[in-house]
Amino acid sequence: MSDPDELSAGERSRRNVLKAGAVGAAVAASGGMAPLALAHPAAGAETALPSPASTAEVTLRVNGVRRNVTIESRVTLLDALRERLGVTGPKKGCDRGECGACTVLVEGRRIKSCMTLAVMEDGRDITTVEGLARGDELHPVQEAFIQRDAFQCGFCTSGQIMSAVACIEEGHAGSDAEIREWMSGNLCRCGCYPNIVEAVRDAAKGGKL
Amino acid sequence: MKLFDYARTSRASDAVDLVAGHPGGAFIGGGTELTNLMKDGVLAPDLVVDVGALELADIGLRRGRLLIGATARMGDVAEHPVVRERFPVIAEALLASASPQVRNRATIGGNLMQRTRCWYYRDVGSACNKREPGSGCPAIGGQNRWHAIHGGSDHCIAVHPSDLAVSLTALDATVLTLGPDGRRSIPIGDFYRLPGSTPDQETALRHGELITAVEIPESGLAAGSRYLKLRDRATFEFAVVSVAAALTQAGGVVTEVRLAFGGIATRPWRSAGAEEALRGHPLTQATIAAAGRALVDGAQPREHNAFKVELVQRALADILEDLGGSE
Repeated sequence: MSDPDELSAGERSRRNVLKAGAVGAAVAASGGMAPLALAHPAAGAETALPSPASTAEVTLRVNGVRRNVTIESRVTLLDALRERLGVTGPKKGCDRGECGACTVLVEGRRIKSCMTLAVMEDGRDITTVEGLARGDELHPVQEAFIQRDAFQCGFCTSGQIMSAVACIEEGHAGSDAEIREWMSGNLCRCGCYPNIVEAVRDAAKGGKL
Repeated sequence: MKLFDYARTSRASDAVDLVAGHPGGAFIGGGTELTNLMKDGVLAPDLVVDVGALELADIGLRRGRLLIGATARMGDVAEHPVVRERFPVIAEALLASASPQVRNRATIGGNLMQRTRCWYYRDVGSACNKREPGSGCPAIGGQNRWHAIHGGSDHCIAVHPSDLAVSLTALDATVLTLGPDGRRSIPIGDFYRLPGSTPDQETALRHGELITAVEIPESGLAAGSRYLKLRDRATFEFAVVSVAAALTQAGGVVTEVRLAFGGIATRPWRSAGAEEALRGHPLTQATIAAAGRALVDGAQPREHNAFKVELVQRALADILEDLGGSE
């Protein structure tokens, strides 16, 4: 896949520095449970502390496309996606992690994008509802939500769908009770829960995702 | 949210040095707690040090002890086979916490450091001795349905919200830390402070001290442990009352028992009295009732939370009856 938004040379070198630092720590603490055994850096180790900054260049790979953005460190992933990158599938409902409308996948795992800072996600793969369909072919979970009429106003739907994709992928859609428990981080004020459970059940039974 | 400086490091010692060197410094793990508190202005650090990339996420047994790295995610710990099979109370407490999205991101260290859900603490328009020492406690004479019946003071009756901490309290866990002065091992019973006249000082941690792991001794008790959490809705909610329980029996008599409670106290609440009422006795309705009475002995219910006195005894009876049937 081509990268329309190429990394700048400066960005690339900074990423490499971070990567090198992580490898160094892993080597220093290698072997079994050893990473739990902490020590101050050995003599001769590189000792310069990272430089804190209130603004950072952040690279997010959003739905397979690498995007660079310079942002204040206080900006949440949700705000970076919506306000800076124009990716408005993730919705801002409560902005406190209580409603799930902002659910996205980071490295394939569902999280609430309002509860993490964009700078913390530097270099990671982000999947939003915009990244599910292949051309005109909807994702099976999207198809199931339409077939089961699993929404009314639709505001929570993109979050519900992202959560459902992960719920099925995790193997937590084995029964209606299990679906209800593992979809509980997504609220629907229209009360479409029975239809949502049916949609998740259908998509899970469909097999291929 | 106030502007702050951010740094990420892959070395724990760097993280400690950075925060220890800044009076307004704070660690961030998964971010599921600190981001909310910063948005609401409850906390306003001027330096945030990201410890999510530290190599502290291992989970495993070592010399008869379960070690859980501080940056292990709640969801990963809850689903770990060793935790599920040999320390079920921990897995159950974690799975009863938050939502799948939060558990995917929230760390073990961060879970232990989460702040109270007291609405006066979370509302910067209210007075709160925990957030602003000396400003007063509106909960004591106000809306206190969620608040503590044990461990409160004239300055604070806020409940500690962590289910994980309750389970670790039942299993005599140890919190391992790295601070500016080196490493420490802090028994969980000494980790959380009673509010007294300084409710703003919640734990034994010093500024810049980082939780690196928790350590839990393996035992027959741990293997048979359970967690019961009662909430205002079926899931995705904090505890009104919770119980972490573990017991062993031999010859029809309770040989060892550990009982810790959430939702009723200003810190995870171990009840030596309730344990004493059961140890060496058969598990009967009478001994269970005696344990319940010992548990609430000295309780200080407030206007809206007196129901917890009864509810926590019923929760204890429920879990003991479950455990007793599985000898």
